[in-house]
Amino acid sequence: MGAFHSRPDENDIRHLAEKTGFSVEQVEILHRRFKQLSRDEDTLQREHLYGIPDLECNPIRTQIVAAFFDKRNFDKDSPQGTVQEIGFEQFLTVMSHFRPLKLRMTEEQREQLRLEKLQFLFNMYDLDNDGKISLEEYRHVVYELLSQNPQIGNESAAIADAAMLEAATICMGQMEPDQVYEGITFQDFLKMWTGIDIETKMHVRFLKMDNTTLCK
Amino acid sequence: MPVRDLLRTSSKLSPFQPRYEHLLLLVCVLGTVLPLGVDCNPSAENHQNNGTQKKSFPVLSFDYLHVRLPFEIALWILLASLMKLGFHLIPRLSNIVPESCLLIVVGLLVGGLIKVVGEAPPVLDSKVFFLCLLPPIILDAGYFLPIRAFSENTGTILMFAVIGTLWNSFFMGGMLYAVCQIPGTGLENVGLLPSLLFGSIISAVDPVAVLAVFEEIHINELLHILVFGESLLNDAVTVVLYHLFEEYAGVGSVTFMDVLLGVICFLVVSLGGVFMGILYGLIAAFTSRFTSHTRVIEPLFVFLYSYMAYLSAEVFHLSGIMALIACGVVMRPYVEANISQKSHTTIKYFLKMWSSVSETLIFIFLGVSTVAGPHQWNWIFVGCTLLFCLVSRVLGVIGLTSIINKFRIVKLTTKDQFIIAYGGLRGAIAFSLGFLLDKGHFPMRDMFLTAIITVIFFTVFVQGMTIRPLVELLAVKKKQETKRSINEEIHTQFLDHLLTGIEDVCGHYGHHHWKDKLSRFNKKYIKKCLIAGERSKEPQLIAFYHKMEMKQAIELVESGGIPKIPSAVSTVSMQNIKPKRALPQLSKGKEEEIRNILRSNLQRTRQRLRSYNRHTLMADPYEDAWNQMLIRRQKARQLEKRMTNYLTVPANHPDSPTMMRSRLSSDPQGYSLKLNSGNVPAIVVDPATPQSPESMKLLEESSKPGEEDQGIVMRAKLPESSRTDDNVFTPGEDSPKEQRLIRCLSDPGPPPEEEKDDEYQAFLN
Repeated sequence: MGAFHSRPDENDIRHLAEKTGFSVEQVEILHRRFKQLSRDEDTLQREHLYGIPDLECNPIRTQIVAAFFDKRNFDKDSPQGTVQEIGFEQFLTVMSHFRPLKLRMTEEQREQLRLEKLQFLFNMYDLDNDGKISLEEYRHVVYELLSQNPQIGNESAAIADAAMLEAATICMGQMEPDQVYEGITFQDFLKMWTGIDIETKMHVRFLKMDNTTLCK
Repeated sequence: MPVRDLLRTSSKLSPFQPRYEHLLLLVCVLGTVLPLGVDCNPSAENHQNNGTQKKSFPVLSFDYLHVRLPFEIALWILLASLMKLGFHLIPRLSNIVPESCLLIVVGLLVGGLIKVVGEAPPVLDSKVFFLCLLPPIILDAGYFLPIRAFSENTGTILMFAVIGTLWNSFFMGGMLYAVCQIPGTGLENVGLLPSLLFGSIISAVDPVAVLAVFEEIHINELLHILVFGESLLNDAVTVVLYHLFEEYAGVGSVTFMDVLLGVICFLVVSLGGVFMGILYGLIAAFTSRFTSHTRVIEPLFVFLYSYMAYLSAEVFHLSGIMALIACGVVMRPYVEANISQKSHTTIKYFLKMWSSVSETLIFIFLGVSTVAGPHQWNWIFVGCTLLFCLVSRVLGVIGLTSIINKFRIVKLTTKDQFIIAYGGLRGAIAFSLGFLLDKGHFPMRDMFLTAIITVIFFTVFVQGMTIRPLVELLAVKKKQETKRSINEEIHTQFLDHLLTGIEDVCGHYGHHHWKDKLSRFNKKYIKKCLIAGERSKEPQLIAFYHKMEMKQAIELVESGGIPKIPSAVSTVSMQNIKPKRALPQLSKGKEEEIRNILRSNLQRTRQRLRSYNRHTLMADPYEDAWNQMLIRRQKARQLEKRMTNYLTVPANHPDSPTMMRSRLSSDPQGYSLKLNSGNVPAIVVDPATPQSPESMKLLEESSKPGEEDQGIVMRAKLPESSRTDDNVFTPGEDSPKEQRLIRCLSDPGPPPEEEKDDEYQAFLN
């Protein structure tokens, strides 16, 4: 199911709601937003997202936009690569990573949700899709985070190096002097996040979205 | 049950042997207590000798009244501190009983002692309490308030503080009035308004008691901030209700207009207090911008401005506690960016010290006042008060949580609710407010005071003592002792930006959006005004990184270069992360060859060095000094090596003095290239250390047994021995190939292995 006509019908909405875990109202609201962003076309392109004024001050804007067009976020087993434009279903799928927890969730479902969210984050760091976050990629992340300040110098490299060292220490423990730590794999990434409740932190309240405040 | 285990083990041990420290403490205590009750009047004798006749010059005189007030104050504080010392000498006791209980017991004892001596024990004066004893505790709490946790739960905290307290007051007041109306209890003279007033006094959760108990049980951050935040923010409600009922209790009735005014008053009191606090906080931050030349008085500004905020709020009958909290919270990020590290430490320790002393004094005085105060015991009244307190608290928490959980992401479980309900302790604020009541308007004041004290005792003793085993029993999540790591900081910031971005894409102006807007506004305008110089432009990540570096450097220097974590320390170092991939790959054989050549060259020069020293610089003291210096350098080098394991400090960073000295005094880059220029008797710095593989190899090869320890003795493994015996002077050894290896300092930075690779490369090119 790629593009939709101007108004999806009931079955489609229900199908999407089931697939992504949103409620029917949320799907409708998001659909309206999708229409607004894509200027009533059927597919969304990068320029549409870049056009959001609030997003301009965000230091990791490029990575956020890229995440929407990254195939890995559409489906668990989809191939790597990026697409040029996405339909409403893919938009919804990416958004579904930010669903909050439901009250009655089994341990297994919680774990599943946690893994999903962490995989999304990991994909955002791992730009070249090799399954590891290398030092270069990490440095890039830190650089982006600091990009709004003019005088960074080589601090970002130092910070990224220290962070990488810490990550390696947590994940590997003992290493021979001539072993090389390739990068942070997904398992290591999970280890780093063990203390933190990502399920509760990484969410956006989709409940109350007032369409009148939506911008261009 | 942990309590039972403790008791069992303690009974197995031998009966309590009074050690001499305890006796000393007891003597000290008695010595401080007794003068408090003694009322001497010796100066009267001096006044009568008025120069009518010449008498002998008084060599030694006794004039106590002169210093009576400061003396007594100092004695009280000394007593409080000695008590604190004493508790921690008795370890078993402090595990079972929270400190607050012990202090109240001590207060009771002291009060009893004073009464026995025949004096009237001092009562906790409300003015002293509100103006001197309470502010340090609140400032300490406000300055170190965890902002993130607090702001995430503000809605919940406000609900509990405002609505919870209102519910408690009205329920208690109403029910007590109903009970009093029952004929036959002898309480008919308690009207509706006085009982509502009493309800409002007794229903407020007390921050001092909560802090005292919760600090010891290390509960998880969410519960801690909920109960503690509630106890702080309910001050506004208490103040308004108290004044409202007190004003109109005399009149006897409250109209609707008064209630409306009361609501407006509540808004004014709370928002006004916060505004006052913010104002003083900003002024304090602005002042701290200019203190770079007078670092010594920086802490003073923090304390004075906060106290002024409190007092100014009290002038207008606004909520002083909220003013203090707001001042501390607003002031902190800017002041910390401006003041020196030492001032920061000073502020932290002074606040902790004052709040600790205040807390101790408050509890002791509570005990003393119990002995002193006029009491009027009425079984029914006191019993009902206690019962209704518990019931209203439980009902309130359950009811509010069911409403709150509809809006929360992280729902509050039943366990959480229980702890919140159980943690609603009452304390000295309730007592002081009751004490302030005018006896004329409230003839039943004594009864009120008795009931208040009973409730305080019950909550502090029973609830305070049992909360710890209950927390263990219910397996409530404890506080996680995680150190903030740089990774966490990066991820948290990344996540914040990500969520803000997603909210923008959704078009939903939510929590993250406003937080982001606020922080951008802060960065653009406010920080420029309030933070001095360069620091204002420093992004948060870099500031955090610098802080972490400094902390680790201080830790390292303090521990003398020995890492805190013993042998399980990770051997991961920078070379594991970023090996120099730029090196062309040499074949293994070629590498071995190069190594051998260089090793032999190094040894040759080392021999030359040794001989140079021995022959020409014969003076022993010189060599001793040299060895001393080498040992010191060695220590410094070890320090550095461990630092490079933890941090990556770029070369242009300001270093600790040890490292700077070591770097200045050895400049190996230049020297190492002179390896083959044989004739210059230069001091060659040997980069090999005991940890590098080749020296280890050489060490293991041939070790002469029975040799006394001469430091690392390096036996040369030389393929051709012809050129080595030139000027070798060996201190009486058999083998001419033995030399003493001088461990010298090498440069900081990449470990010697890699550095050698670099040099080899430079060599070959």
